[in-house]
Amino acid sequence: MLQRLISSREALLLGAIAVLLALIATRFPGFIAPGNLAHVFNDTSPLILLAIGQMIVILTKCIDLSVAANLALTGMVVAMINVSFPGVPVAVILAVALALGTLMGMVNGLLVWKLQIPPIVVTLGTMTIFRGIIFLISDGKWVNSHEMSEGFKAFPRAELLGLPMLSWVALVAVAVFAVVMTRTRLGRAFYAVGGNPHAAVYTGLDVGRTQFWAFTISGALAGITGYLWVSRYAVAYVDIAGGFELDVVAACVIGGISIAGGVGTVGGALLGALFLGVIKNALPVVDISPFWQLAISGAAIIIAVAVNARAARVKGRIILKSAEQAA
Amino acid sequence: MIRRNFTKLLAGASLAVSLMGTSAMAQDNMRIALVVKALGIGFFEAAAKGAEEAAGELGNVEIIYTGPTDTTAEGQIEVINALIAQGVDAIAISANDPDALVPALKKAQQRGITVISWDSGVAEEGRSMHLNPSSNPLIGNMIIKLAADHLPDGGQVAVLSASATATNQNIWIEEMNKVLPDYPGIEVVGTVYGDDLADKSYREAQGLMQSYPDLDAIIAPTSVGIVAAAQAVQDAGKAGEINVTGLGLPSEMAGAIESGASKSFAIWNPIDLGYSATMIAHALASGAATAEPGASIPMGRMGEVTLDETTSGAMADPFVYDSSNIDEFKSIF
Repeated sequence: MLQRLISSREALLLGAIAVLLALIATRFPGFIAPGNLAHVFNDTSPLILLAIGQMIVILTKCIDLSVAANLALTGMVVAMINVSFPGVPVAVILAVALALGTLMGMVNGLLVWKLQIPPIVVTLGTMTIFRGIIFLISDGKWVNSHEMSEGFKAFPRAELLGLPMLSWVALVAVAVFAVVMTRTRLGRAFYAVGGNPHAAVYTGLDVGRTQFWAFTISGALAGITGYLWVSRYAVAYVDIAGGFELDVVAACVIGGISIAGGVGTVGGALLGALFLGVIKNALPVVDISPFWQLAISGAAIIIAVAVNARAARVKGRIILKSAEQAA
Repeated sequence: MIRRNFTKLLAGASLAVSLMGTSAMAQDNMRIALVVKALGIGFFEAAAKGAEEAAGELGNVEIIYTGPTDTTAEGQIEVINALIAQGVDAIAISANDPDALVPALKKAQQRGITVISWDSGVAEEGRSMHLNPSSNPLIGNMIIKLAADHLPDGGQVAVLSASATATNQNIWIEEMNKVLPDYPGIEVVGTVYGDDLADKSYREAQGLMQSYPDLDAIIAPTSVGIVAAAQAVQDAGKAGEINVTGLGLPSEMAGAIESGASKSFAIWNPIDLGYSATMIAHALASGAATAEPGASIPMGRMGEVTLDETTSGAMADPFVYDSSNIDEFKSIF
């Protein structure tokens, strides 16, 4: 029992986050005040949302590099809608963001499913296309804080039971997808398709279609995050969230989601994102040279992956141990 | 492709016109071409407004405001060739590439056209002088002055820069530290780097507020950083308490000025820049001044510019924007 608990990735990661927090507290005690931790969670929410979508995609042996570009394009579109029609309520804006993100995810999914192009190529392409479209529709111009309406900017900051809406959206997504992944047919299909595609076909699962749904979900989450991102930072331009897709993949990898597919949980994605979020938020306050910051973030990823790889290795059973000893 | 052919056609047509018309039009008006990086950019439209203002003051000067439709060196070369064909008296250019334009501009100089660069320079052999909007020492002094002006009793300020390896920002910060003794009581408590990413800059600004609870001002000499820092200060409910200042664009900073997160910030004034470039081009083309190291060239209401050994000079201190003039400029650039 204890053995299983120690080898559980989520427990291990939770321990690592606790150790990390303790280390940070020795240099900057204020960091672990409950208020600040809530703050860190809020700041990490966009990463959590995208990591959940990415986890589902990675489960099916795919990868989605276009999430950050999807986020940026959706963000720009809703920002421009807000500028042109300031009266449009936030609920409509959210629906538009969700629909647009979903649509972009579907494009990725269809290309992977119907044309059987490798996902890394598809999403690398759509990533550039989405960024290009932002440039086309915005003319390379920024949408600035004073052009956005108050309601548009207020939503992610609005507090409910002491937590901002941004955090609530992340929490709801975690809860919903924890149920979807463990309790629904589609959720189990993601694991089956990634774990053993051939066996999945024999059980009657359409591998391509399942991957399509994975990309669609990832796109939808990226769309929602697009609105939240733009309204939170109150600015939209071509390069927002540049390179963020790599953070998202890193969060998944740290969270124990196997790049080979089939292994991973929503909890893992959540903790992986939080691990990165804690590092990102702590580095500015612990007064470390900016040159070291990059190295430290990178080292954390490698260490996490190394630990995960070790944990994964003990899975096989040695059935010829006696013969080996005899020889 | 269609556009390129069209431009060639236009160049050909204007060549024909200028061949026919040179004797009739000669010396009537001095024609100064203001060539910009691309048409349709607010910053350059404002510069053109300044150039018109200068033309009005000088009289008998005609401004030709032109440029390519996208920011490419090839586009500018076509424009320059067309201007040579038209036989303008002077070209004042903000270059898309310092070297690629040199051959075309040399050709213009050989035909007796005065060539100067402004804003974004051309290599020395391609122009007679270059007008920088400001200089590194002036900018370094301005950013600390902006913070100090609102802290008569001194206080703590921190710097939020772009990336740790960004040349411009590092030079400005270095120049700022040189003049720091002129501002007694102002203590620079730290420099952090937001890498010109909105989210990282936001986080670094939050970190500064946590690390230095008594912080009075954040200086961000980068347009992404200053906007993100202002938003972070506003979200932390510290607008008015912590003043975010530095270098930013009026259109991007209008919200921060309104909320009080930023009291003032600076950037070059494009109207003054277009005005000064025109004044200099006129002085050089009319022979009233010569461009040589150490020379002083008058710029009308902007005083005069002194050229260094590379025949480039700085126009003025960056222009300060605050609640009194932000509304006028936020729609310009």
